[in-house]
Amino acid sequence: MKAKSTIENYLFVLPALIIFSLFYIYPFYKVFTLSLCQWDGIAPFNFTKNFVALRNFKELLFEDKIWWQSMAQAGYITLIALTFQNALALALALACDRDIKFGNFYRVIFYLPPILSEVVVGLVWRWIYDGNYGLLNYWLQNLGLSHLVRDWLSDPQTALTCVAVIHCWKGFGWGFIIFLAGLQTIPRELYEAAKVDGANSWQIFYKITVPLMVPVFILVSILTILGTMQVFVLILSMTGGGPGYHTEVPVTRILASMVGSSRFGYACSQGIVFGAILMAVSFVQIRLSKYMRQA
Amino acid sequence: MGCLYKKTFLFFMFCSFIVFLSIFLVSCNFRPALSGETITIWHWMSDRESAFLELAKRYENQTGIKVNFELYAPSDAYTQKIRAAAQTNTLPDIFGILGEKRDFASFIKAGHICDLTEEMHKDNAAWKDRFFEKALRVNEFKENNSFGVKPGIYGVPIDVTNIQMLYNKDLLKDIGLDPVIPPATWDEFLQLNKFLKEKGIQGLVSGWGEIWMIDCFLSNYAFNIMGEDKVLATIRGDVPYTDPDWIRVFELFRQMADEGLLAKGIVTMVNKTAEQLFANNKAAFAFNGSWCVNVYKGMNPNLNYGAMLPPRVSDRYPMIIWGGAGSSFMVNERSPKKGKAIEFLKWLTDTEQQIFLARETNNLPANKYSLKDIPEVLSQFADDMDNTTHPSVWDVAEFPVVIETLDKGIQSIIIGEKTPQELAEEVQAIKERELAK
Repeated sequence: MKAKSTIENYLFVLPALIIFSLFYIYPFYKVFTLSLCQWDGIAPFNFTKNFVALRNFKELLFEDKIWWQSMAQAGYITLIALTFQNALALALALACDRDIKFGNFYRVIFYLPPILSEVVVGLVWRWIYDGNYGLLNYWLQNLGLSHLVRDWLSDPQTALTCVAVIHCWKGFGWGFIIFLAGLQTIPRELYEAAKVDGANSWQIFYKITVPLMVPVFILVSILTILGTMQVFVLILSMTGGGPGYHTEVPVTRILASMVGSSRFGYACSQGIVFGAILMAVSFVQIRLSKYMRQA
Repeated sequence: MGCLYKKTFLFFMFCSFIVFLSIFLVSCNFRPALSGETITIWHWMSDRESAFLELAKRYENQTGIKVNFELYAPSDAYTQKIRAAAQTNTLPDIFGILGEKRDFASFIKAGHICDLTEEMHKDNAAWKDRFFEKALRVNEFKENNSFGVKPGIYGVPIDVTNIQMLYNKDLLKDIGLDPVIPPATWDEFLQLNKFLKEKGIQGLVSGWGEIWMIDCFLSNYAFNIMGEDKVLATIRGDVPYTDPDWIRVFELFRQMADEGLLAKGIVTMVNKTAEQLFANNKAAFAFNGSWCVNVYKGMNPNLNYGAMLPPRVSDRYPMIIWGGAGSSFMVNERSPKKGKAIEFLKWLTDTEQQIFLARETNNLPANKYSLKDIPEVLSQFADDMDNTTHPSVWDVAEFPVVIETLDKGIQSIIIGEKTPQELAEEVQAIKERELAK
């Protein structure tokens, strides 16, 4: 009877286990196997014939400068997203958390950019930034700021920042919604008690809102880092990684290896290294946040 | 209670089975089998879709065989689909390959593509003889080719193309060039640009955000300055990229940037934007392929322009441009309808169908007997087919990473970030690294 029950229990778990193995474990195993091989993605795959051991990883870690440049550039976009994007999202969430007129209307408006197609957003902003007939240069000229007119996306000084700004514009809605949800879980009595005790707005924010929002800040930070490091569609539709390598990010490099150079094995090793870096960053962040909460 | 538990369990297992079956069928690209009289073709040419559908209808009326054209665009998505289908042995009866010659060779070596040599040579080579020689060469592997492919013809060209310079006749007239004679030499080209600048007209526009177009322009001048033998020797690794001739080629890009000849934002510009600028009279010159005739017609039917070879720098070697087969179809070696697929391709490349395709799509036909009724600009493109070459017909291929470094480096020269000498050294270092592997 006990054995039957055990078998039944395993049978219940089996579908989930099969799905997990089929769509998570097997692809990961396959990617890892491919990362040890040199394969063009067309010829039949033969592990023994295509095996190159750790050569792909060696090339990636020690010879591919462009890969590390792309990592640094994704890091720059992430830094901007972590600071400006999340600060904006928090400020707007704080504003909408109060009883203001048209509160729901603002919530809808702020949540619009994230639901727009990234390709469409990229193409529209490319047109706005265009050096020939872009709207931004047109406005700058009309405002008497002709000295600021430039090829925004072709200038290495501005290209990456332009992309980062649009990424923030597109992404702040997510943070806004999560921050707002977090703010609404804070009991109102705490604010009322603080007011009765004579605390000003800054003190209320610093002493009540911030400590209670720490778990939300951590969640938003992790999501921002993971989402922004993998930015890709916006880059492709706005700059294609150019000028030169100035807006290349890890995912565009993986695509270049896979489709541009037909180096599936190398692309897989890039994917594994990139995944490992993201996991390490998330791990450090979680440890740090635990420490902060305890402090 | 126990019975209810058992029923719930069975229901759960049944649902799980249905879910798994659905997932399995979807992941196996399951679809109902088409009838034996249907030929399936996969392609990426959205601009030719309606013409293909019309031809399919005509073929069905004539033979009773249904032809099912399936469009997968954009080309990147198509490339992915073809590769995935090759891995799962689900390629259609006829398909095209986008990519480099080495990719083409990999498909052949993997047994996915049918050798058409015998069919081409049947009846005194009747099928082979109808094509432009250059169009067929792209689909041909010669004896002792470096890809290790058995010599033969493996694809059928549908149209031909070449990439040249276009000049806007009205804008050149505006700067006093009457009659409009396009610049034949590099110095004339630079001189003309001075007048254009005075009038506030942009010089050259092209989609150099798509790096293959830079590669194409670069190759033209490499052939013109140092000749075919030296270019191919460089690819083989016998001549370094730091050779003065290569630096001279890179220098041309800096010269164009310094002279303000290039359109604003050219280094991140996609070809579609470049086409819009030229079609709207915003630039005097464009560097574009023969497909542009159809594109410009759609954007601005009144555009007054002509085609010309890029102005030469040297008289020592001819100006050689990229060209050959525009798009080609291959027959699936494993298709049970291989014979019918070949018959359809013979029909598709017959004079009547090729005239129809050229008329409907404004592309140069692959069949050399179908050149009547094509627009004047297109015939200018056709006139220069003898001056064409393509990496696909060379017996050696450059490493993709070297090509990328070269083209991205040209972007860096244009934006003033690198000197030609620095680029040459960087590319040579990458080349040596790849050769050492």
